[in-house]
Amino acid sequence: MLSIKNLHASVEEKNIIKGLNLEVKPGEVHAIMGPNGAGKSTLGYVLSGRDGYEVSEGEAMLNGKDLLELDVEERAREGLFLAFQYPVEIPGVSNMEFMKESVNAMREERGEEPLSAAEFLKKAKEACKQVQLPLDFLKRGVNEGFSGGEKKRNEIMQMILLEPKLCILDESDSGLDVDALQVVADGVNSQRDGERSFIVVTHYQRLLDYIKPDFVHILADGKIVKSGDASLALEVEKSGYAFLGKAYEEVEA
Amino acid sequence: MSEQIEQALERKYDAGFYSEIESETFESGLDESVIRRISAMKNEPEWMLEWRLKSYHAWLEMEEPDWAHVDYPKIDYQAISYYSAPKSMKDKPQSLDEVDPELLRTYEKLGIPLHEQEMLAGVAVDAVFDSVSVVTTFREKLEEAGVIFCPISEAVQKYPDLVKKHIGSVVPRTDNYFAALNSAVFTDGSFVYIPKGTRCPMELSTYFRINEMNTGQFERTLIVADEGSYVSYLEGCTAPQRDENQLHAAVVELVAMDDSQIKYSTVQNWYPGDENGKGGIYNFVTKRGIAHTNAKISWTQVETGSAVTWKYPSCVLKGDNSVGEFYSVALTRGRQQADTGTKMIHVGKNTRSTIISKGISAGNSNNAYRGLVQMGPRADGARNFTECDSLLIGDKCGAHTFPYIESRNPSAIVEHEATTSKVSDEQLFLCQQRGLDTEKAVSMIVNGFCKEVFKELPMEFAVEAGKLLEISLEGSVG
Repeated sequence: MLSIKNLHASVEEKNIIKGLNLEVKPGEVHAIMGPNGAGKSTLGYVLSGRDGYEVSEGEAMLNGKDLLELDVEERAREGLFLAFQYPVEIPGVSNMEFMKESVNAMREERGEEPLSAAEFLKKAKEACKQVQLPLDFLKRGVNEGFSGGEKKRNEIMQMILLEPKLCILDESDSGLDVDALQVVADGVNSQRDGERSFIVVTHYQRLLDYIKPDFVHILADGKIVKSGDASLALEVEKSGYAFLGKAYEEVEA
Repeated sequence: MSEQIEQALERKYDAGFYSEIESETFESGLDESVIRRISAMKNEPEWMLEWRLKSYHAWLEMEEPDWAHVDYPKIDYQAISYYSAPKSMKDKPQSLDEVDPELLRTYEKLGIPLHEQEMLAGVAVDAVFDSVSVVTTFREKLEEAGVIFCPISEAVQKYPDLVKKHIGSVVPRTDNYFAALNSAVFTDGSFVYIPKGTRCPMELSTYFRINEMNTGQFERTLIVADEGSYVSYLEGCTAPQRDENQLHAAVVELVAMDDSQIKYSTVQNWYPGDENGKGGIYNFVTKRGIAHTNAKISWTQVETGSAVTWKYPSCVLKGDNSVGEFYSVALTRGRQQADTGTKMIHVGKNTRSTIISKGISAGNSNNAYRGLVQMGPRADGARNFTECDSLLIGDKCGAHTFPYIESRNPSAIVEHEATTSKVSDEQLFLCQQRGLDTEKAVSMIVNGFCKEVFKELPMEFAVEAGKLLEISLEGSVG
């Protein structure tokens, strides 16, 4: 699915990712944890091709395609989905309209006919219910006036509709209460089908109680410094990032 | 990101073609004899000629206004030709079959088929090509309802009393420099009369096309809605792509009698000039309506064209309880300059007005909103609400707001809200991450910004306006 080798990337000439390696196979769920400033969000942006995130070295392949050669929208159409930590508002553009355009852009890529308004509406309603958002959210402007939790659920709804191959969830748990967390996690779990892969970026172990990871990686100073199974997350929960050394304890404090 | 957007904004102008049509065009220059010739060509009665000549002499004494936030070289009024008409129109074709097929093709290319059976259902069209009206469709059907919809040159002949009574009643001959010029040299335009208590059975629209080089277009539109009537009218305009600037100085007058309603929509797509500001139309237009008791006038405009725009569709709310509305989207890019807005003059009691203005600036353009809200001493209980939003695309453009508020009545309420925003990195990235290309993303964001105005357009044209915006934002993203 995804193969990252020796990736180096910078933002505004500051090196953030410094030699990162990661292999994600179909159907796997990888959690990436780490202290603030470790480069967790940067990884999502670099993989999705955001402007201003420069790759200086290394490679990132998605299903045999060189991601780094592709534009943002091409990567998206190859099946890479990023759930944003802070989803932005697009006033006046209804969720419905926005999602229909994107779903049809993906379908076009796959050589499928665009969905009619009625077909799309049916799917959208189902997805809306699944993340427990009232149906009028489809008519509202994209993220316009949504609460933090509603925005996060809206991201998961988009993920469900777009049927991506690889989903990167960037701190989808931040700012959620337990109920909302459950909804987000249920949405994600419903999409685990043995083929679709997930990278779950999180600061806290809490989310991983709901979305069981196959692997847990600790990202520090732009590199994966430790990998393990779900128990590694519990270890972090218990004793923090102290094992990384004194520097990180201070960052945490 | 601004680079991506810049690319997405490199637009092509779809209506920029020129039609090979044999024309009869006056030598450039303006003096009394030119006005006499125009009047003679139109076979006008003496009073009309005199009206023109009075306007001309007044114009000679006036000075070109320079207060607008626009900058353009001085116009040489002697270098303009004041009349141009396709030769084939000379013998007044009696039916569409007699109209030069090249003319019909021109309108077809613009997406305005003039054969009635091909028309959008329920829209009657008057097509004005350079200085003359080429054809007006659905006239018989409208006549059945008692509605008059014809070229104004024809109305001067056929309905002299109506024209004489109302022409210049809303925009006086000497109202301003460009209105005075128009009053002297206007060539054609549309005339509409809706009789008492009649709801006009279809949308009326006029499509203006400037084709010839070095000609100005000076059309004049007069719409009279008699008591208790309703009409929705739309104008569209395009011009070929040329290196020279061309002048368009129109006058539109609306008379809304007691309890009547006029909805006037404009989709303006004059050639805006190239990215360096070469060529394009100077669009200096005076539009005003007068609303009598309980009457309502709505102006909706979508402006994407013209090199320089100077235009303030206004409402004089003379009658008690009358309502004025102004909904505007003005998009400027390249080197375009727009100074546009409205005037709401509250005279009567309990008059209400709403102004929603959306300005979008991209490239090196400048977009200014200028609006006057005036509450007169008799305007007890009058209300105005103004919302003025600017959207900036890139970092080399400008948005300006010049609101003027004058209240002489303590019971009047005036509200003004203004916002300025940018198409942000984050918005663009979100759209692209969901598989949309930059062009689609920008046009979607801009369309969302304009939504409040688009929903005011007649349904058939809301789609057209959305598309126009999309084309205007279209470019060469590889």
